[in-house]
Amino acid sequence: MVQPSLTVRKEGVGRCTKVHRNFNLEKLRNGYLFTEIARRELQHLEKYPNAKVISLGIGDTTQPIPDNISMSMANYARALATAEGYRGYGAEQGNKELRKAIAETHYKDVLVKESEVFVSDGSQCDIARLLLVLGSNVTVAAQDPSFPAYIDSSVIVGQAGDLEDEVGKYCNIEYLECGPGNNFFPDLKGTSRTDIIFFCSPNNPTGHAATQNQLEQLVEFARNNGSIIIFDSAYAAYVTDGCPRSIYEIPGAREVAIEISSFSKFSGFTGVRLGWTVVPEELLFSSGFPVINDFNRIICTCFNGASNIAQAGGLACLSSEGLEAVHSVVDYYKENTKILIDTLASLGIKVYGGINAPYVWAHFPGRKSWDVFAEILEKTHITTVPGSGFGPGGEEYIRISGFGHRESILEASRRLEALF
Amino acid sequence: MSLAPQSISTSMISSSSSAFLSPSNLNFNSRRQNAWVQAKRISVCKCVAAPQEEKIAYKTKVSRNGNLGKLQAGYLFPEIARRKAAHMLKYPDAEVISLGIGDTTEPIPEVITSALAKRSYALSTQEGYSGYGAEQGEKPLRAAIASTFYKDLGIEEGDIFVSDGAKCDISRLQIVFGSNVTMAVQDPSYPAYVDSSVIMGQTGEFQKDAEKYGKIEYMRCTAENGFFPDLSTVARTDIIFFCSPNNPTGAAATREQLTRLVQFAKDNGSIIVYDSAYALYISDDNPRSIFEIPGAKEVIPELIIYLFCCSCTRLMFFLLSFVAIETSSFSKYAGFTGVRLGWTVIPKELLFSDGFPVAKDFNRIVCTCFNGASNISQAGGLACLSPEGFKAVHEVIGFYKENTDIIVETFNSLGFKVYGGKNAPYVWVQFPGRSSWDVFSEILKKTHVVTTPGSGFGPGGEGFIRVSAFGHRGNVLEACKRFKHLYK
Repeated sequence: MVQPSLTVRKEGVGRCTKVHRNFNLEKLRNGYLFTEIARRELQHLEKYPNAKVISLGIGDTTQPIPDNISMSMANYARALATAEGYRGYGAEQGNKELRKAIAETHYKDVLVKESEVFVSDGSQCDIARLLLVLGSNVTVAAQDPSFPAYIDSSVIVGQAGDLEDEVGKYCNIEYLECGPGNNFFPDLKGTSRTDIIFFCSPNNPTGHAATQNQLEQLVEFARNNGSIIIFDSAYAAYVTDGCPRSIYEIPGAREVAIEISSFSKFSGFTGVRLGWTVVPEELLFSSGFPVINDFNRIICTCFNGASNIAQAGGLACLSSEGLEAVHSVVDYYKENTKILIDTLASLGIKVYGGINAPYVWAHFPGRKSWDVFAEILEKTHITTVPGSGFGPGGEEYIRISGFGHRESILEASRRLEALF
Repeated sequence: MSLAPQSISTSMISSSSSAFLSPSNLNFNSRRQNAWVQAKRISVCKCVAAPQEEKIAYKTKVSRNGNLGKLQAGYLFPEIARRKAAHMLKYPDAEVISLGIGDTTEPIPEVITSALAKRSYALSTQEGYSGYGAEQGEKPLRAAIASTFYKDLGIEEGDIFVSDGAKCDISRLQIVFGSNVTMAVQDPSYPAYVDSSVIMGQTGEFQKDAEKYGKIEYMRCTAENGFFPDLSTVARTDIIFFCSPNNPTGAAATREQLTRLVQFAKDNGSIIVYDSAYALYISDDNPRSIFEIPGAKEVIPELIIYLFCCSCTRLMFFLLSFVAIETSSFSKYAGFTGVRLGWTVIPKELLFSDGFPVAKDFNRIVCTCFNGASNISQAGGLACLSPEGFKAVHEVIGFYKENTDIIVETFNSLGFKVYGGKNAPYVWVQFPGRSSWDVFSEILKKTHVVTTPGSGFGPGGEGFIRVSAFGHRGNVLEACKRFKHLYK
């Protein structure tokens, strides 16, 4: 489809505008990681049209949404056809009841107010909006490896500096290495100060959930440096061993941390689109100006609220019936993940994660992760994600996601056993 | 005369008096379902942070984004909502009628809501469940948008990006463009263009005397120039935001005017961001899409030969309007203001100065900073574009247009200079020599009708009030009655 313009440009008769391309976007070397995974999967399907490809790559949920939740959404949608049930613009910050339900369900013991909860159409969108609030003149730290949207959005907003090709790192970003050597928690003593620290726990892609002690160190580090933590708790529902589910379980976090989360992996809302961000009132810029005021301004100007139908679904998820139902789906994925861990461990492959998150982080020492990805795809028709897609710290690792129908997970395990 | 339920309920902001606000907020049982349907939206942007008291408050060492510091006030519409709420607190028995924020009020046609409901149900089945969708939108919807709105205009499915609304798309476009571009807007215009430009760092400081931000080119649109700017006085900018039919003036640009605009953009190598959110409100034969406008007359001989050698219809349009992006929305067509659905069209031929396709960068933003519109909303959008759905959508639009006629007639009969209203659901009423916020306050105080002061849309809006025509017929009639009483 791009052919005509390319041809015309080649022949020198193309007509460009005089608008310069945003040089921040030039700094992004590749497409977004998951777009690339999807592309490769499609290519593979074209090459092997009869192969039964199993997708354990993109962390896409597969199990149906529980009945009572989808029924709430259907009822809400039908009500939009009635005079009493019709709703137009909602509050940009989200439906009051939903905000309250989030505060009361997820932050029961940690004093998050309804007014500090901003409902959104998902964490990926919130990350970009948060960076818009913060602007291009802040410095950023992120775990290495980490969910690519933190660094990519940072590049887009102009915070990241240039990419140093040899090391695969942006020069203005502080990479917090997380690996088995440091128990997947960065050595903060050796870490430079940045304004913002992205921290995801349970972690995508490593699956590691930071302990209370580790998070206390992080909060202290942030306080000492006057930094703001953006804590991504999208996988909190997968915590099994008592690790904190919210940064606000740590004393002092309210003055240094924003928390983002999502219904995607919690309720299968990957397509429905619903999430939230907590910005405590005590969180202040150096001037004393409340961060929440600026976030609210962005929400009102650059956004128009999450879909009201999705919000109705969210509210149903947080009813006691809904919570029970979504937790059984979460358990289903956790069992999937366990099957994958057991399979890989039995093959002698060193695996991490999988206990507090739906991701298994498998180590292939000495091998390039894109090569391992390609080999697994070619020989077993299973899509995974190469660790280096999450940062240089992910090299030699493969992320395998526990989302899938049970039969696919079992079949994938069989194929992996055959390969390795 | 009894008013339609909507105005009565929204006038009862104090929860004690409202039977609609469910008492079961804390009760997470099956009653919650009913509670949701009955609970009223509080249309107030809550004042989120009380001023900090004098205490030793811990402060981070993160500097506030200077761009946000440039914004003069809150976004316009939350401010209108705030004033309305304050008014209702002061006059708890008043029956306030909202003709301010352009919020749709009529139910969504059933053919569409049943598609929304059907998709919702399907998500709880094995066959019907879907997770992440393509960030650019579901293929059938993209195809339907292309064939419904851009048939024979050289726009294809692949040029369409489905979104959660035009307001969000405007900011995503701004992220694509970055902070080093200059922009022009109509004056007055929809505030999101200017505000998002300030946030992105494209502007200078606000100049209080002129009431304008530095580095933005404000293209004055007045009654005198037929609400189309005198392009000979407009400096070159990289980006030109142009909304037609216009919010707030209601003016729909003619073919001739848009041809001049396209030529202007071509001559300057600029990109037009054309907001066509109200296109279906057009009554006459003004263009509904910027892509109806043919390009420059100048033709490149080699290109003509090339075109004749290719049978692809698309190439025949190659010379046409590859200076424009178009953004639109289901909000004012299908009452999707809360459901959230819109789209942006970026022709593949639209290139930056180095030849890089703008669509590729937009796609990257859409994949990284967004994750697609809700799949349920998209199912609703597809139903809107079915023959039955589209017919139903036109009926609702027709209803709002009748509202607009009533409002136009009212102000005309009172001797006001009235603009707009013919091709858009907004009436632009002139109050010469008066401050628009004063007129807004006077109307609110004396008639309990919320409008929008023209200066909220830019200095060119001073001396005008925007009256929106979204509302139940009863409310619109009652509001007009009150206007007649006030201004007789």
